[in-house]
Amino acid sequence: MEKYLKKQFAIFALPTLIAFSVAFGIPFIMGLYLSFCEFTTVSNATFVGLENYMKVFSEANFIQAFWFTVKVVIVSVITVNIFAFLLALLLTQKLKGTNLFRTVFFMPNLIGGIILGYIWQSIINGILVNFEVTMLMDSSYGFWGLIMVVNWQYIGYIMIIYIAGLQNVSSSVLEAADIDGATGAQKVFLIKVPLIMTSITIALFLTIANSFKMFDQNLALTNGGPGNSTSMLALDIYNTFYGTIGFEGVGQAKATIFFIVVAAIAVFQVFLTRRKEVEN
Amino acid sequence: MTKKYNGAYYTILILLVILFIFPILFVLMNSFKGKFYISDVPFAWPSGDYYAGFSNYTGGIEKANFFTAFGWSLFITVFSVGAIILFTSMTSWYITRVKNKLTSFLYYMFVFSMIVPFQMVMFTMSKLADTLYLNNPIGMIVLYLGFGSGLSVFMFSGFLKSIPLEIEEAALIDGCTPLVAFFRIVLPILKPTTITIAILNAMWIWNDYLLPYLVIGVSTGYKTVPVAVQFLMGSYGAKDYGALMALLVLSVTPIIIFYLFCQKYIIAGVVAGAVKG
Repeated sequence: MEKYLKKQFAIFALPTLIAFSVAFGIPFIMGLYLSFCEFTTVSNATFVGLENYMKVFSEANFIQAFWFTVKVVIVSVITVNIFAFLLALLLTQKLKGTNLFRTVFFMPNLIGGIILGYIWQSIINGILVNFEVTMLMDSSYGFWGLIMVVNWQYIGYIMIIYIAGLQNVSSSVLEAADIDGATGAQKVFLIKVPLIMTSITIALFLTIANSFKMFDQNLALTNGGPGNSTSMLALDIYNTFYGTIGFEGVGQAKATIFFIVVAAIAVFQVFLTRRKEVEN
Repeated sequence: MTKKYNGAYYTILILLVILFIFPILFVLMNSFKGKFYISDVPFAWPSGDYYAGFSNYTGGIEKANFFTAFGWSLFITVFSVGAIILFTSMTSWYITRVKNKLTSFLYYMFVFSMIVPFQMVMFTMSKLADTLYLNNPIGMIVLYLGFGSGLSVFMFSGFLKSIPLEIEEAALIDGCTPLVAFFRIVLPILKPTTITIAILNAMWIWNDYLLPYLVIGVSTGYKTVPVAVQFLMGSYGAKDYGALMALLVLSVTPIIIFYLFCQKYIIAGVVAGAVKG
């Protein structure tokens, strides 16, 4: 069969490959090269070595955006996962109408980041107007705003992953625990949590990756304001590219660093998952 | 299972449901209020002086050219998802059945692209798209096929590796050309994965903001819904919160309706995508 199919490369593989090269392959290689260049449009690049990278680290904005992103990631990963896990526990208690609740909690996940951002901007400003302030007066409003957006968007999604995990915990194990007189908390922490470690790993990395790369919600909610104090990394990179002429090379260097961090997180996840598979 | 806590569980769940749908209700309520009352009395019921009828809707639809944007969003989403399904399933079959250095290299390239954030390629990609005249809805379909191919090839290939070769081989021995064998035999077998991939890509493309914004821009008539909403609010000057509220309602409603009809597939698809991605 291989020999029949092999000749059909042009039909089977070429269309995808051309689109892939145009959208990703060529831009990726160009981007990597241009991170070592000074340029304003792609065609007038001059090689400058590591200069762009040095500028990235001497620039307050990037460092500030990095720490702000780390803060958002840590707080949102913890809150989303705790709430999602508690909801999943509740919805696996054999209650009636579980499906209806699941449907409602998952729904915000389908709404796009720009729309989500504006929905919450209007709510948060609506609350703050009673205190005669707006979200753009203090960066902590923007920070907690982002946390709320991320929670609303991802709790239902992560909950579904935990529910799928919890449904696979065999009821005979839990019955045995009941007979031995285990309390509810013991059953959760000593049986359910260890048995759904795979789901926990998936959920943790999904929330880490998604909140680390967040852009649309950040743009719509505060657009980084006041100043740049609530800019996350993706928004900072965007502003470096399109906000200041002459900084395209620095933007590309920032993007490359961003890529390395994201890739490192992904590789670490694969490593953890593989190790577990071996243990099992 | 003990039933003694059920009352408490239901109370908590119902409170949470109210909390979860509150943002939607808030926007819906304010969409019927005069635009200046939205920021002054955001929690007031739209009655009496506050009530503005459907004026926010008519104004918002006109300002953002909403139905045109909706049409382009739909066009780009439907045809991109179609192109992704058709071409990446064929490619996946090719690279899983033809074993050589080239195909395994291609497979790893597709997988690699999944971990690269969009910011890495956005500048160079939008310049290249301009040079190649891809800055229009048809071009967007090509770009979405390129960007969507990583996850889709990965998921199709994963499924293809798990199914036996005998049926396909029998078809080819019986004289089917590879193309006929693919459409008659392989594609129908791929159906469950196809649904998952279609849902994941449709959600992503429908909601995507940055790619259409960078490639098509705001100065053309091809704005998609997220681009039109951001254009209305992101520009400087007086912001029309009435129009915004109406547009938010109009953007969310079709998604919710679609979700209510296909929620079984959507939830299953998203979970499968999370586990495999």
